[in-house]
Amino acid sequence: MKYLSEYRDPHMVKEYIEELNQIVTRQWKIMEVCGGQTHSLVRNGLLEMMPSQIEMIHGPGCPVCVTPLGLIDKAIYLAEQDNVILCSFGDMLRVPGSEKSLLQAKAEGAEVRILYSPLEAVKLAKETPEKEIVFFAVGFETTAPANALSVIHADRLGLKNYSILTAHVLVPPAIEAVMQDEESHIQGFLAAGHVCTIMGMQEYYPLVDKYKIPIVVTGFEPVDLLQGILMLVRQLETGRTELENQYSRVVRENGNPKAIETILQAFEITDREWRGIGTIPESGYQLRENYASYDANRKFDIQQGEVSESEICIAGEILKGIKKPKACSAFGKECTPEHPLGAPMVSSEGACAAYYHFSAITSSESIASK
Amino acid sequence: MCLAIPGQIKSIESPIGDVSRMAKVSFDGILKEASLELVPEAKEGDFVLVHVGIAISVVDKDEAQKTFDYLKQIGELDDLQH
Ligand code: SF4
Repeated sequence: MKYLSEYRDPHMVKEYIEELNQIVTRQWKIMEVCGGQTHSLVRNGLLEMMPSQIEMIHGPGCPVCVTPLGLIDKAIYLAEQDNVILCSFGDMLRVPGSEKSLLQAKAEGAEVRILYSPLEAVKLAKETPEKEIVFFAVGFETTAPANALSVIHADRLGLKNYSILTAHVLVPPAIEAVMQDEESHIQGFLAAGHVCTIMGMQEYYPLVDKYKIPIVVTGFEPVDLLQGILMLVRQLETGRTELENQYSRVVRENGNPKAIETILQAFEITDREWRGIGTIPESGYQLRENYASYDANRKFDIQQGEVSESEICIAGEILKGIKKPKACSAFGKECTPEHPLGAPMVSSEGACAAYYHFSAITSSESIASK
Repeated sequence: MCLAIPGQIKSIESPIGDVSRMAKVSFDGILKEASLELVPEAKEGDFVLVHVGIAISVVDKDEAQKTFDYLKQIGELDDLQH
């Protein structure tokens, strides 16, 4: 490694770990909500470096993992229609549906395209008027403005052949669902920095008040994560329950007001099913009535067969932080990233995939020793 | 897919039928298009945090450089190459 940036500075990492060791007096359960943070914690070996009293529980924060099976089946059904080009972020392709994944459907001849941005799908719709372009609009709040803009652009361009299959999920209701679950005893949360870049801090004050838990908005680089954990443990050890912002270099109190305005122009809040968890009230976005003609769910008569989950997969318990991936009997055996049984093994931000890819990393290889 | 990456605005234009303010953004040398609609204050030379083709905030230049270094180490910038 030629150059270590400040966020990966082994010296800073060591200092944070030392301070954590000094202040921690008892067992704490902390959940990181964002899958990107899970990925970074595991791949940088931070989990093994931290004091054993601090247990990191990996939350439901991967939109790929929580997209309901029924919606994946719908996307596959649409992709298989002759006049449709189904566009999606790359992560969704390998997620197993009831019978197959989008990737298998593509191999069988369905037209599936991986795009980097929903705006590319709008461009494709403009250039391909003879086809229906459907974008599989998955994501948390971070991605919502992009998906909203795609519909707003399509509308401004007067396109009739563009629509989105919406699978949007929201972070604060997921935190509520975790807090209300009797089996998960989370004592503090790291909130997702990029979600708050859009939404700001406002939605998190009521959660801190209602559940008397500390929340720290945190970035995703190793030093960010350790600093966020340290801020949280300091609160826990002194009995404070506050909302703090570790990621203040990016996250503003009010987020990005223009982005929020754009989301609300196209979307309204709705109840949403989370794969492995069930329906969480007011936890997702759906297109507003005036954009109904861009809603693939309403535009197409989607025929759906029986929806069936793998019987072995314990993704629900993984996503709620009740079990760790290695507690799954299929982990690394029947279920691998090449042959995933459940979504957390597919997405690079899924907890099972993170553990699978980086389980070889031991503390001796982790960044503090470099 | 949830990652947001900082890039520098090289030029500003409006290609898709004039519906949006678009820019060519350099991600440590890799050029991509991004919409600037959500960051009306952004101008040429600024660094913006880009997520799925949309700039979501303006960031400090030094912060952006540190993030590049980190992303390069973990190989995430490769995702942009396809
Ligand atoms: S290892 Fe595979 S089967 Fe087990 S919970 Fe994770 S995704 Fe499901």
